[in-house]
Amino acid sequence: MANEIIAEIKDVYKTYQMGEVTVEALRGVDINFHQGDYISIMGPSGCGKSTLMNVLGCLDRPSKGQYILGKDDVSKLEDDALSQIRGARLGFIFQSYNLIQQLTVAENIELPLYYQGYPESTSREKAIELANRVGLGDRIHHKPFELSGGQQQRVAIARALSNDPLIILADEPTGNLDSKSGAEILNLFDELHQQGKTLIMVTHSDELAERSKRCVRLRDGKVESDELVTA
Amino acid sequence: MNSSPPDPFKALPNSGFTLSRLKRTVRLGVKSIYSHGLRSLLTVMGMVFGVSSVIAMLAVGEGASFEAQEQLRQLGSNNIIIKSIKPAEIEQSSRSSYRPAAVEYGITYQDIKEIELTLEKEIKLIVPARIIRENVWYQSRKVNCDIVGTVVTYPQVRNFKVAVGRFFSQSEIYNRDNVCVLGYEMSKLLFPVQNPIGNTVKVSGDYYKVIGIMEESGYSNLGQSEAGSSNSVSNRMYIPLTAAKHRFGETLIRQTSGGQESETVQLHEATINLPNQDAVIEMGQIVESILERRHKKDDFEVEVPLALLRQAEASARVFNIVLGAIAGISLLVGGIGIMNIMLASVTERTREIGIRRALGAKRHDIILQFLVETILLSATGGLIGVALGMFVPLSITYFTDMMTIIRFWTPVLAFSISGVVGVIFGIYPAMRAAEMDPVEALRHE
Repeated sequence: MANEIIAEIKDVYKTYQMGEVTVEALRGVDINFHQGDYISIMGPSGCGKSTLMNVLGCLDRPSKGQYILGKDDVSKLEDDALSQIRGARLGFIFQSYNLIQQLTVAENIELPLYYQGYPESTSREKAIELANRVGLGDRIHHKPFELSGGQQQRVAIARALSNDPLIILADEPTGNLDSKSGAEILNLFDELHQQGKTLIMVTHSDELAERSKRCVRLRDGKVESDELVTA
Repeated sequence: MNSSPPDPFKALPNSGFTLSRLKRTVRLGVKSIYSHGLRSLLTVMGMVFGVSSVIAMLAVGEGASFEAQEQLRQLGSNNIIIKSIKPAEIEQSSRSSYRPAAVEYGITYQDIKEIELTLEKEIKLIVPARIIRENVWYQSRKVNCDIVGTVVTYPQVRNFKVAVGRFFSQSEIYNRDNVCVLGYEMSKLLFPVQNPIGNTVKVSGDYYKVIGIMEESGYSNLGQSEAGSSNSVSNRMYIPLTAAKHRFGETLIRQTSGGQESETVQLHEATINLPNQDAVIEMGQIVESILERRHKKDDFEVEVPLALLRQAEASARVFNIVLGAIAGISLLVGGIGIMNIMLASVTERTREIGIRRALGAKRHDIILQFLVETILLSATGGLIGVALGMFVPLSITYFTDMMTIIRFWTPVLAFSISGVVGVIFGIYPAMRAAEMDPVEALRHE
């Protein structure tokens, strides 16, 4: 672990009010993320995986504790600043791809850059480059519904790469795919890892966890284990 | 092969608001509207009909009030017009078996003299006229028209110009010359190809030389209820008053269903012209009281075009307020329709909003996106509405003879209102979209 720490969550708590009941989704979680990590986060449902993912993705603020991303503590930031952080430092890959249906492949890929205020010429160039990289260079003017699930997920990966994020967050990235397409996506992840990208993946699947280099297991809102995966 | 790792401490790039960004937002908005074609079309309908009805109604209203005002203006806003009318009791008695030799009624030369004397300082001109209904012949062509015996100042006082040739002169009046000036319309009827000037027309045995043609008025005559309700001002022939008196006499015999009927009327009409319109309405009352003193029977009528004009203007104002209110309501309904659809659209696109937020869209980005879409929708509706709203009055004018006027500001106004409605009714749905929690929005199916 020679690489520097690029993200760190320190003693993070997250409680929800669901009607009368207070749910403690996270109860003091500490994890460090290093440059170039390939981490899978596992655990039974209700263990706080999704909440942790939302906190890591700056979609939600922790109730208590710190989240340091890059150099900054983002746990107390206002909504606009969080949007800015998401757009500039994070890439998202979802189980159901979450592409915007009325936009073309290229437009979907360049969307984070659009919200960052990049001029269209720059962002389009980048989008085409990334589409080529995920093997969809000939589909840039297609709409998402014209693509297969695996292709859509590759568009989503290209989109997650477009803003050159510190961390790429993937939530069950192969959950909706057949094994062949899933394998293609995982190969792409391996490639990204080799290129030095930092990947955090939430999954149920042991198979996926085995492909990663480090596995964090959660139980009842706490870290149960955090160990390197031995292949 | 490895790309250099991203700098963890890189500065956040600026995401300021620029024109090119707005252009892109607009383009994406167009795309999004286009992708829901039918729904967008239906949404826009409310706006289309709202805007087009505003323009069409205003055009019809303007046209109607312009027409009325133009007719009255032709009577002259500095004028008081007095007219002879057949009193009601004579009308009744003429139907009974007893028939008097000649019914005598109406304005007399003496009345005019009296008015002239009493109001010497106030009045500029008095133009008396006799109006006789007769057939006018040219060779085998015949036109039934009103023959107006009057004086040289008639065209000046009635804002009515001679188009070709000239009006008769003072010496022709003095000499009771048989000269005439034709109304535009009847000149066309009598002389479809020939040049009327210099030719002679025949009226009950006498020949009149045509010396001029009046301009085309274009409007049917409101003020003439007595002598020529079916005749427009264009269907008139003007001769010297002296000639009229001399050729036709003062007793006119008229064929009726019950036999003959004769009546003696000295003057049918007189136009009192004042130097300006300041005291026209008051002066009209004075004239009326003078005539009332001199006439036992109710055989005259005082008409002040300015007062009619004022009335017409007042009713036009009310008309416009009512139209404005209806138009406002229809635009409101259109706006509510758009808001309704946009709210539905926000709910339907919750997930899209979540995705955009996750990818770095700030609240104001989402607001801008939805607001731009709403404004685009209502502006498109407004544009179609303007086109339709201008087409409708044009076709009304084409298929009926109704006059319509599109003032340049009405489409501009209606279109800008549609834009404003778009903003007003777009803000709430846009705010709703922006207020959504990204986590909740992403979970939305």
